[in-house]
This record gives sequence, structure tokens and C-alpha cells, in this order.
Amino acid sequence: MYNYKHYCKNLHKYIHIVDVCFFTVSQEQIKNLYQRFQQLSGNHEKISRDDLERIPALNNNPIRKQIITAFFDKRNQHQNDVGSLDEIGFEQFLMVMSHFRPVNSTATEEEKVTVRKQKLRFLFNMHDTDNDGIITLDEYRTVVEELLSQSGAIETEVARSIADAAMLEVASTNVPHMAPDDFYEGITFEHFEQILKGIEMESRMSIRFLDMNTATMRCGKLSS
Amino acid sequence: VRLKMDPIRRSSTLRLTGLLCLLFLVFFSRGFASHDVVSEKSSGTTQEDSRSQANSTAHKKTFPVLSFNYEHVRTPFEISLWILLALFMKLGFHIIPTVSHIVPESCLLIFVGLLVGGIIKATGEQPPILDSNLFFLYLLPPIILDAGYFLPMRPFTENIGTILMFAMVGTLWNVFFIGGMMYAVCQIDAAKLAHVDLLSCLLFGSIISAVDPVSVLAVFEEIHINELLHILVFGESLLNDAVTVVLYHLFKEFAHEQAITVTGAVLGVISFFVVSLGGVMVGVIYGIVGAFTSRFTSYSRVIEPLFVFLYSYMAYLSAEIFHLSGIMSLIACGVIMRPYVEANISHKSYTTVKYFLKMWSSVSDTLIFIFLGVSTVAGPHTWNWIFVIFTVIFCLVSRVLGVIGLTAFMNKFRIVKLTKKDQFIIAYGGLRGAIAFSLGFLLNNNEIKNLFLTAIITVIFFTVFVQGMTIRPLVELLAVKKKKESKESINEEIHTQFLDHLLTGIEDICGHYGHHHWKDKLNRFNKTYVKRWLIAGERSTEPQLISFYNKMELKQAMMMVESGSAAKLPTIVSTVSIRRAISKSREEEIRRVLRANLQNTRQRLRSYSRYELLNDALEDDISEARFRKQKEMERRMSHYLTVPANRQETPPVRKVFFQQEHKVYTYDDSESPRGRASPSCADDVSELKETPEKPDQSSTPRANRDAELKPKEQDDQGDQLKVSRCLSDPGPNPEDDEDSTFLP
Repeated sequence: MYNYKHYCKNLHKYIHIVDVCFFTVSQEQIKNLYQRFQQLSGNHEKISRDDLERIPALNNNPIRKQIITAFFDKRNQHQNDVGSLDEIGFEQFLMVMSHFRPVNSTATEEEKVTVRKQKLRFLFNMHDTDNDGIITLDEYRTVVEELLSQSGAIETEVARSIADAAMLEVASTNVPHMAPDDFYEGITFEHFEQILKGIEMESRMSIRFLDMNTATMRCGKLSS
Repeated sequence: VRLKMDPIRRSSTLRLTGLLCLLFLVFFSRGFASHDVVSEKSSGTTQEDSRSQANSTAHKKTFPVLSFNYEHVRTPFEISLWILLALFMKLGFHIIPTVSHIVPESCLLIFVGLLVGGIIKATGEQPPILDSNLFFLYLLPPIILDAGYFLPMRPFTENIGTILMFAMVGTLWNVFFIGGMMYAVCQIDAAKLAHVDLLSCLLFGSIISAVDPVSVLAVFEEIHINELLHILVFGESLLNDAVTVVLYHLFKEFAHEQAITVTGAVLGVISFFVVSLGGVMVGVIYGIVGAFTSRFTSYSRVIEPLFVFLYSYMAYLSAEIFHLSGIMSLIACGVIMRPYVEANISHKSYTTVKYFLKMWSSVSDTLIFIFLGVSTVAGPHTWNWIFVIFTVIFCLVSRVLGVIGLTAFMNKFRIVKLTKKDQFIIAYGGLRGAIAFSLGFLLNNNEIKNLFLTAIITVIFFTVFVQGMTIRPLVELLAVKKKKESKESINEEIHTQFLDHLLTGIEDICGHYGHHHWKDKLNRFNKTYVKRWLIAGERSTEPQLISFYNKMELKQAMMMVESGSAAKLPTIVSTVSIRRAISKSREEEIRRVLRANLQNTRQRLRSYSRYELLNDALEDDISEARFRKQKEMERRMSHYLTVPANRQETPPVRKVFFQQEHKVYTYDDSESPRGRASPSCADDVSELKETPEKPDQSSTPRANRDAELKPKEQDDQGDQLKVSRCLSDPGPNPEDDEDSTFLP
């Protein structure tokens, strides 16, 4: 059961959040998400980290910590804010979910580029935990270690060498002519985009159920 | 009978060579195809010999110095000649590049077949027809196994819904549309085809509708289209086998009985599920057994590849016993077996499997097309303009309609929608091939059979020639996305895995049991239960990222050893770009010198007996190379990345690498490189350009070396030189004969 009145009152606001001019959205989907939100929060207004950590299916996920943190990360709310929240409301929840919308096939090239950037930014924020704008070697090492953490006793050496190799690869593809005294600080967002350009983010990083074309909205105007 | 090949081959014009070889072989096959053992082509002496022998045996028993007995080697001899012909043709087309740019290889091969068939017929002999037994039992399996074993799993599973839709529903639509329309055509009085009834038309439809994997592979491989389209058309061609098998047998039975009943139809539907799922199950069983067997093959590595081939072939044959879909069985077997077998077998066996499969499928493919050409000339034809033309038209029309309709439906469920361009390519890529011909050939002999065969051949020719030739310019014209150059990147691999986990997590948070959720479940099941049983040793617990990493770095090490430049460690360490540090000419020189030395030292390799593969020098080199890379990697790492504390690190470290290059450059087999080490190390090699740092994947670090390395690099320059020299070039004393086994 969800608070129907509250939901209807704020529906337009929710739709607006998710609609960044190139996504298709339906009221059905928002309702489903709202129901889920209520379920997670136990019918409260906001959810906290504990609520998310209680989801049993997440236990097997090696990067659950990072995923949960991402929900509470202010950077993903697109309000030029940094830091992290303690609890989030449905709007912020939706905001984070909107990063996983598939792109409308009728979107233009630049729209696709923007979407891609947005998704990559989300990923970047997940790696760049100290928010200094670059992913340092230590941060990257943490990422790899977390990825391998569920696979039993992996020597940290192995994880390290993989992270090191990956870092070197980024360095060499982006800054091929390094002078002897140069020092590669870390992966910037541009480098990050560059190394992942082989993966089609727009389609890969999306959840299918968010894509039922029941209503299409373009820049706030409902067309059906 | 001597082969007069050598003087001919040395002639200047390659075309002439090819043509002469062709004619020569044709004459041989023609000559020996006749029952006339001693033909006028063979040399006079042997003739006399046999005659004199015949004479002499009548009088006294002289020992025959030279005798002639062709009969007992006849069959293998002829088979070998045909295969040789196929191989020469393949070679010829690659030597002559101009033609193969415009015309796909399959067309040229059919043309050669026509030529050969024509020549054979002209000399009065009956050219061989593509025997269906030969085709289905010997020629088709290697191609399908090759395709199935190397099927790219990720795009296949991502698009499985669409593929199944096209394969099943699409083929069904084709069958009924073509069958129905052709029946309507047969009713036209002008065609004089009234004797062709509905069931026969439907049977014809079922033969002609299926997209053929051999032709699709042959044509699509050359146009390098993007992965999605390739897997869609190709996957469809593989999976429609079940539908084809069921419908073919169904209509054949009914055509015999001249009636179609409701129970028959229901049984047909049930039979479809039995055929497809049964075929897959047979394949899975054999795949699992094969994977399990490979767990123990470390005791006898030489026979490992044979297990792979035999289990797969048995899967195919077993499915054929029960009239299940052999193709689906073969694919399922290859797909299931592959990840476990690859984890178990040695690297050499893996290479063997890969190359044998490619080799067999290549030969099969060539032979199939040549025989198609020959059979065209051979077979009895009943040409009926109306029937043939309408067949071609309806094939095209039904394909286009089917694709458009199904895409419209599937796009509702797809994330990556199929555009009009994609649809066009999918429709245009629906090629027919030898399977249709063989199925037609298996029909009962009656007058309709020839009519059908002619139409089938015409459709095949049309699709292969017209569509095959024009698809490449069309792809260019429509600017369809081409296949991306796949650069194996560890970053992409890390992020692919990261995304998988991320999306699974998000799905879990949303409470939505989607695609990723189930995939994750399957992976976990695989890891906890299946891998333990089917993979030997500790590799069963190795996470995918690590196997990927090891594989990549092994590949790199092999590349380095093969180019003989393991001592050139710093400059050639990755696939990305070797070029920049040294000029091209210098690099060539170095390579040439190394290669020359490699030839010399190769003779010193011990030969191994068939019964055991000794751990030969090559594998030593690989581990050596890996070790060196790792050291080099350590050094570069500490220079390049990490903490500023190590910043006084340095140029000298890298310049020493170049000195090694000099060393290598003047390396002579007789001299130990170390002799030169000391004088040259002291020199400063300042004029050399900087090597750009390359991504390097090192082996799992040996912890002790790691520890050893760090403190040393804090030393001053002289020490660093010494140290690097020591590490990269093991000292003069302890491992004296290290270099003798180093270059194989």
C-alpha cells in the first residue's frame, strides 16, 4: 500500500525529474518504482542506507557497498553538490534511477552523447570516492579488489597487478608521450570516457523495464 | 606416373599456373574416374610394363620391377585430388587479389565447379553429384562445429530472443508463404504445372526457405559487418535447422500419403519441440561428458584435441540417429564444452583445436561450393520458366515481409532497436545454400524432383551470386556499421564486469527480476557447482577477470617470444603500438637479425617423441618472457604511477633498456651476450628517443622479487644500472646456459 494522495500530488514533479528530454517514461513505471520505494522504506518518506542493505539479494553482489553509496551520493543528484546524504526521498531515488534509462531510439546524436556522458559520470563518481576529479591508483585498486572480493581468497597482489596494468593502459593510450619525469596522476573524466568508448554505454548501462513506451515526453510536453 | 607440377609452377603468369593446375587435376580425376585403368594419358612405358608383365607371367615368373595397380588406392586418391583442387583454388583466389575484391569466394568456387563439371561432361564422363550422405555426414559438421565452438556468447545470448524469433517464426512464415504462393502459381494453366499438388509445394517451401549457415558464413565473413547483424543472421541460420528438419519430414510423410490430418499437424508441432529440445539436450550431454573428460587429459596432452572433435561429432551423429536436429546438437555441445575444456587443456591443444577446426571448415566450405557447381552441370534439369522465376521472386518477397513484420514486433522488446538499415541487411543476407540442395536431392525420384532441384539451384545461384556480390557495395553505400577492431583492453573487461554487477544490483534494488538477475544467478550456479566438477585443479575457482588477464598476458609473452625479441622487452610489449620509439628500418633490421639467429638455434631443439611432449624450450621461453615482463612492469610501475616518494626514479632505468637493444642487435649465436654487457652498459645512450610507455600486463607478481626491487631502486644511478642489468640480464655465472635455451 502506498500513499496514493501523496503520490498523485507529486506525480508531475516525479515525471519532470525523470524526463530529461530524451527519455521515455510512463506513469506506470513511476508508480511501480514508488511502490517499491514504499516497500523498501517501510512506508516512510525516506530510506536510509540500512533499508537498502537489508535487501537480501544484494548480499551476493561484490560491489554492493559502492552501489548503495551511489544512491546517497549528492553528486548524482545533479545539483552541483558534493558529499553524501543520510537518507533520500523518492525524488532523489528517482534521480539516481534515471541514470539507467535506455536512450530513445529516435534521439539525435548529441542527445545520445549527453546521455552517454551522464552515465559515464555516474560510473566515474562511483570510482572516485574522494571526489577530487580523478581516479587515483589506490581508488582503482580498491575497485578491482572489490570486484574480486567474492571469489574467495584472492591474493591482493593479483588484484593489484590487474589494477596496475589497467592504469598503465589508460596512461599509455591517453598520454602516449610522457617525458621521463612525468607522473601520471590518475584517470580524469576525459581519459575515462576515452578508454570506455568501446563499450556502448547508452544501451549497456540500462535496465529494461524502464523502457515501456506507453507515453513519450519531450521536454515536458506529454504527447499521449 | 610423375607429377609434372614443378616446371609448370615456375611459370611467370599465375593465372596460367592456376588454370593449368586446374586442367591437370581435372584430367587426372576424369582419367581415373573412368573404368579404363590404362588410359591413353598415362605414359607408354608403364603400359608396356604391364603388358610385358602380363606376357611374362604367362611364360615365366619374372619379378615385376615396376607394376601398376591403381584400383586399390583409387578412392582415397580421387578424394585427395578433389581436396587438392579445392585447396589450389582457394590459394589461387588469394594470390590474385583483384577478382576476390569484387566477387566473394563462394561465387568463384561455384564457377570453378561449373567449369570442372563442364570439362568432365565434355569428355563424356558423368560428373559426380554432391552426394547427400557425403554432405550431411562429412562436409557439414566441421563448418557447424567451427561456428558453434567459436560462437561469441555475449551477443548471442543478448539477442537470443530475436534470433529465435527469426529462426522459428520467420522460417515458418517463409515456408507457408512460398508453399502457398507456388501452389497458386501452379494453378495457372500456362505453367502446365497442374500436377504439382499443395503438399508438394509446401515440401518445396520447407526446403527452400531456410537460410543456410554455410553461405551466410562465406559471404558475411568477407564483409566484416558489425557484430549485432552478423550474429542475428548467422544465429538464425543455425537455429532454423530444427524447423527445417521437422517440416521437411512432416511434408515428406504427408506428400506420400496425399493428405494432411489434424492429428498430423498436432504431431508436427510436438515433433518440433522434441526435435529442437532433444537435439540441444543431446548436445548438452555430450558437452558435459566432454568437459568432464578433459579434466583428466593432463595425463596425455597429445590426444586432447581429438576428444573435442570426437565428442562433438558423436553429438551430431547421435542426434541424427533419432532425426533430431543435428546442427543444434552440435552447437549446444560446442558451446557447453568450450569454457570448461579451455580451462583444462594445454595452450598447444587449444591452438590445435582452433586451427584444425578452421582448416576443416575451410576445406569443407570450399568443397561444398565446388561440388555445387559440378552438380549443377551434372544433374538432370527440368526448366520451367514460370516456376523458377516465381520461386525467386517469392523467396525475396517473403523474406522481406517476414523480416519487416518480425522486427516491428521484436523492437518492442529490444533495448537496441533494429533500424531500417539493419532490417535491410538482415533481409538481404538471407542466403540459401547447399543444405537446400541436399535436402532436395533426397526427395523421392519423380518428375517433380527435377523441377524442384532446378528451382532450388537457381535460387541458390541467385542468392549467392547476385546477393553475395552486391551486398558488399550495398553495405558501403548504406554506411552500415562495420565490425569494431577488437582491442582487448583490460579496462573494458573490468568495466564490463563492473557493469554486470552494477546492473544486477540496481535490478535487485528495484525488485525487478530481469535479464541481469537471472544471468547473475546462472553465473553463480556455474561457479559453485559446475566448475568444480568440470575443471581440473585450482583453475576451477579462478574468477573470470583473472583468467582474462592471464590469457592476455600469455598472449603477449608468446608474441614477444615469437618475434624473437624477448630481450627487447621494453619496446615491444603491447599490441597497441610498437612503432614509435625506433625507426622502422632499424626495427626491421633488428627483427631480421633475430630471425636469422632463431633459425640457427632452432635446430638445437630436441625433437620429441609422439608419446610425450617434453617441456620444450618454447614453454620455457614463455615463462621466461613473462618473468621478464613482470620485472619490467614493476620497474615501470614504480616510476610511473603511485606515490611521489618514488619520484627520483628515472631516466637511467629506461635508458638501460635501450642498451639491451644494442646488445641484441649485435647478438651472435656464438657469442654470449653477457660478454658485451659490461662495456655497453656504461655508455650513455642519450640520443635514443624515448620509448613511449606501453601498457603491460605482467604475470602474477612474485612477492619476493617485488620486495627486492623496491629498495634497490632508491639507489643512485650507478647502482641502478648494475641492478637493472642484473635483473634483466641474469648474471654471467649462475645461469650460464640460460641463453642457449632462450632462443629456440
